[in-house]
Amino acid sequence: MSHMNLSNNEEIYRIGVDVGGTNTDAALLDSELNTIHTVKVHTTRDVNEGIIESIRRLLSESNVNPAQIHYAMLGTTHCTNAIVERKHLGKVGLIRIGAPATTSVPPLADWDDTLKAAVGRHAYVVHGGYEYDGRTIVDLDEQEILDCFMKMKGEVEAIAVCGVFSPVNTSQEKRVEQLAKQVFGADMPVTLSHEIGSIGLLERENASLLNGALLNVIAGVVKGFEDALQGFGIDAGVYICQNDGTLMRSEYALRYPILTIACGPTNSIRGAAHLSGLNNALVVDIGGTTTDIGVLSQGFPRQSSAAVEIGGVRTNFRMPDILSIGIGGGTIVRADAKKDQVTVGPDSVGYELLKRGHIFGGDTLTATDVAVKLGRYHWEGVQADELDESICRRADEIITQDIEDAIDRMKTSADAVDVVLVGGGSILVADKLEGVAKIVRPDHYDAANAIGAALGEVSGETKRIYSLDEMTYDQAIEDARSHAINQAVLAGANRDTVQIVLSEDIPIAYLPGNALLVKVKAAGRL
Amino acid sequence: MTNFKLTELNEQAVQYIAVGAAVLGTGGGGDPHIGKLMAQEAIRKYGPVRVISPEDLEDDALVVPLSMIGAPTVMNEKIPSTEQMTKPLDLIEKELGRKVNAIMPIEVGGGNSLVPVIAAAERGIPLLDADAMGRAFPESQMVTFYLDGIDCSPITMADERGNGVLMHAIDGVWEERMARAITIQMGGSASICDYPVTGAQVKQSAVHHTLTLAYEIGKILYESKDMRQNPIEALLKHLHGYALFHGKAVDIRRRTEGGFTRGEAVFEGTDAQKGRTMRLFFQNEFLLATEDGQSLAVTPDLISLLDQDTGMPITTENLKYGARVTAVGFPCDPKWRTAKGLETVGPQYFGYDVPYVPIEKLTAQKGDAR
Repeated sequence: MSHMNLSNNEEIYRIGVDVGGTNTDAALLDSELNTIHTVKVHTTRDVNEGIIESIRRLLSESNVNPAQIHYAMLGTTHCTNAIVERKHLGKVGLIRIGAPATTSVPPLADWDDTLKAAVGRHAYVVHGGYEYDGRTIVDLDEQEILDCFMKMKGEVEAIAVCGVFSPVNTSQEKRVEQLAKQVFGADMPVTLSHEIGSIGLLERENASLLNGALLNVIAGVVKGFEDALQGFGIDAGVYICQNDGTLMRSEYALRYPILTIACGPTNSIRGAAHLSGLNNALVVDIGGTTTDIGVLSQGFPRQSSAAVEIGGVRTNFRMPDILSIGIGGGTIVRADAKKDQVTVGPDSVGYELLKRGHIFGGDTLTATDVAVKLGRYHWEGVQADELDESICRRADEIITQDIEDAIDRMKTSADAVDVVLVGGGSILVADKLEGVAKIVRPDHYDAANAIGAALGEVSGETKRIYSLDEMTYDQAIEDARSHAINQAVLAGANRDTVQIVLSEDIPIAYLPGNALLVKVKAAGRL
Repeated sequence: MTNFKLTELNEQAVQYIAVGAAVLGTGGGGDPHIGKLMAQEAIRKYGPVRVISPEDLEDDALVVPLSMIGAPTVMNEKIPSTEQMTKPLDLIEKELGRKVNAIMPIEVGGGNSLVPVIAAAERGIPLLDADAMGRAFPESQMVTFYLDGIDCSPITMADERGNGVLMHAIDGVWEERMARAITIQMGGSASICDYPVTGAQVKQSAVHHTLTLAYEIGKILYESKDMRQNPIEALLKHLHGYALFHGKAVDIRRRTEGGFTRGEAVFEGTDAQKGRTMRLFFQNEFLLATEDGQSLAVTPDLISLLDQDTGMPITTENLKYGARVTAVGFPCDPKWRTAKGLETVGPQYFGYDVPYVPIEKLTAQKGDAR
């Protein structure tokens, strides 16, 4: 590669790092998005050490000049873990703009006590809010809001604001933000709910509170990543992966950390799409303990329509539609004495595979042993001669059946689909599967997540209720599309590459004027 | 069914009823999530709510149904106020000049099954184990009280601002028109009391023990999961229902007409039913299931979609491509099978050109009941 550096048109590189529970993967791509090199290191207790090690190896093994790396992308599970473990969360003060409506369900009603204690109990309902068509229910009482801020003073690190129908009319939330800055100073972070989620007050309020609680966590992540890059002489634009398969600038991520939740599976799906060249397929990502199946629809992961619980709290922001089953490379296979009954999982030896697996001298029969015994994969220096073939065949049938069932569950029609196999455990799978047209096993399959992170698409969104009394259906959709495209361009996308990647509309029952909820997402390349 | 009857609502019972009411909501009636949170909050604040059976009522008792009218989407955003849940009750007590003896749900489907809990808890009035549909329907006149010619007036409504309305309508159809118009002015969601009834009228005309029914459905769905039973089989066995179809949603079309979400969904058979196709027609609720042009179940019998794995109900709004479902059907209350019942909520009323045939007969004709 190095001879290319001599030309005047110096190649520009990008790196993607994906921090998972077990491994931290990193990938180096050129400007044409060809994969130059990938590495895999163990995720360390201090996550930053694993990130630094992955970049160090990537640079030394590829010999790329760090100065030529212009973009750096990070996908991380920090925020998910912080919520699940209730650690490092900041205290948040909530202003719900809802009274006299909404008083029958107070804020934090469905939160468990440990999460409530971690995020704080300064939650107030003040007067205000809008109707579904943007009319004011009642005006803000600014003194009431200032009084709430006084009670919070010194006890919160961030403010979250959530107003009734704020996705339809944003003015009151923005005014509360101004008041917060007056009281607490310009540096006080304020999360406005309309920037986080769509219709559904409690879910949007929950997501806004969690967002505020994660601000310190994401600040540490971004700083750690930027310091690591600087330490290697990489002066790059820094981007963080979101859970819809697109990126946000680090400045934006610092304000909306909640959007990083669950970006891991989407990175895998996006990486698999890129590596396979397929835009519509199922992506089957087989790891050490689980298999995650996602749907690739026009190059992006299909979104889940259900309300999503994070740490036991119901939220309403976008998440990939992923089906997970308990099959992975370390899944434990058991046979009873008579050998006519074989069970597979759901438990796994996990990261101890190389110690406990039979072919590695251990005492546990795993899915990996089965794959090696059946000749599906050759592992240097190990052999599986002594394993019972009939048990292995039976276990393989069960594994295949489970994966076929899971694939079938995620299909949208009875037609055979293409399947892209990625992840270290993908060696388990046979070359033919029921209901599958074609199995693609791309190069770099075990670093698809890091490659997905590095791809660098940025997006913009519209979620709005339109009244079809005032405009035609086509006009409403067109308005939503052009707004989404402009948002994507604002986020850094090159306008020429922006495409609509999701467009859906849901009529709202029992409202006059044929009210239509329209959701559109546009995405384009950096 | 067992002889169990609910006598008290605590937070756990509310949880069960919310899920059971979503099954009885037959895809409509709105997500009971907010109703559940409101009811649980009220119980936390005021204590458990006493539940009484229709047979416990004095004949001259005053029973008032309390519900929300409007768009569930709006209610999930503009959550009601506590005062809004008691104001229609106050207005009706003032108009009738006497105290209310019990509060009841107007429908046991969706969020409205739990809406009366808030007022019952706050006022310390018992909740009646009965409703006026035995399921969910979209319009105000679609209640058993209407079939029996019971006066829907006086009707009272309230919004969160403190506005209240007292209205007299000549019948349920006019109530529907006027209440709907007022609801829009109140911001798309309002609380309402209609059909104030006597104990005698409840005994004659209401659908009895439906809160208990919703509770039992919810309990089965939650507990069979823990006991590693198939929840759908347990449910059908307990309720004498029918499995209509096992399949996967492959096409969903929705359109708005007159403020309602109408449409149809197509399902391809899975497992033993591979190669077969079911169509499900809805107007907020699922109203007609067909296969090859033949009816599988017809309104007013109940049609619900359950998630194949968990048995949890799926609403028309949340139904999406690829969903694995079992469609189940249950016989409706016999009141709906009368001439006036079918005129009010039968297939023709909703614009489907098929005759009503009871689900027991349809299933026997097909020869593969359950």
